[in-house]
Amino acid sequence: MDLTSIFSISLGAILVQNFIFSQFLGLCPFMGVSTKMDTAVGMGIAVTFVMGVASAVCYGVDLLLVHFDLAYMQTVAYILVIASLVQFIEMFMKKTMRSLYEALGIYLPLITTNCAVLGVALLNTQNGYNFIESVVYGVTGGLGFMLAIVLFASVRERLDATAECPKAFEGFPIALMSAGLIALAFMGFSGLDVFK
Amino acid sequence: MNFKTQLKEGIITQNPVLIQNIGLCSTMAITTDLFNGIGMGISVLIILTCSNIVISLLRKVIPNEIRIAAFVVIIAGFVTMVDLLIQAFLPDLSSSLGVFIPLIVVNCIILGRAEAFSYKNGVLASTVDGICQGIGYTLVLVAMSVIREFLGSGSFGGGVFNGGAGFQIFPADYGAVLVILPFGGFITLACLFALVQWALKRAENKKKEAK
Repeated sequence: MDLTSIFSISLGAILVQNFIFSQFLGLCPFMGVSTKMDTAVGMGIAVTFVMGVASAVCYGVDLLLVHFDLAYMQTVAYILVIASLVQFIEMFMKKTMRSLYEALGIYLPLITTNCAVLGVALLNTQNGYNFIESVVYGVTGGLGFMLAIVLFASVRERLDATAECPKAFEGFPIALMSAGLIALAFMGFSGLDVFK
Repeated sequence: MNFKTQLKEGIITQNPVLIQNIGLCSTMAITTDLFNGIGMGISVLIILTCSNIVISLLRKVIPNEIRIAAFVVIIAGFVTMVDLLIQAFLPDLSSSLGVFIPLIVVNCIILGRAEAFSYKNGVLASTVDGICQGIGYTLVLVAMSVIREFLGSGSFGGGVFNGGAGFQIFPADYGAVLVILPFGGFITLACLFALVQWALKRAENKKKEAK
């Protein structure tokens, strides 16, 4: 276990291989929740947390599946773990962090269907990460998601308030267009792959 | 149940991607050539139809409180089947779609249709709905892949026609590689959205004028 590999995984997950802008994972909540800054931040925090915990738990589940020779049940097992995890977090937040729970509202249960969460669990297994690497990849992947959604929310708040655009592009298309431009900017990070 | 209206809803007025804005991840991620687009579209069509049938059959058995979990398990079962079949018979497709095949489980289209349609309607209507929505999704994927493949590498039908090589329309060196990269996915989809928004508005205005 060396620090270099952890650093390179983190750098990759946050910037170079950003979940939204270069891997296209988690786009539905990204487009859906990014209209206001505070919900975007809340969503980012919740997703980061779920991705971290899901990576850790799915690592254990994968060991069990491999041990019992059931690797083909991976998708089913992972999605069940994630669904119950999200349910659990929802109940926990309802009891202890009432204000954040109310701010996230409907988006909290929807984290189950965020492809970034299932994606990170599957990618961990595919890349053969060990326990620590998996958790690091999960948490930093979540941070990358948060960075993306916060950046985009700040762009979008201005876009809806002031920007003029052609009639046909109003609303959703122009939002996608600006997301594309941010993705273009993120391509600039691709040269950062120094540790591979 | 009217097959024609459902088909029209699936393709245009209630198109899963263009109108309901769901299922965006795979729409942008894998549409780099026609083979991927068709492969993904048909996989989703099959899974959507099967899960719609099963969910509408079980809609009186599944309790309301745990319906999402039940849907997810049913969908995950079908996704695993399709994933294994693709791995066995179309290894090329499996390697180029990669993690996006298991990710069909969390494709909002399938869960969305389960929640909005098949949990409330009969088997026949749900089957038709699955097929129509699947066709709508496939058409969007095909349109995206054709545009991106043509602009990006100057070919048409890569992996499908001409023994898998596709038809080269202009030399690949002149292609805009940017269109195949993530940036191009966002921009192409944005233009497609704008086109549909424009066409729908135009149709609406025409209807108003006619009145």
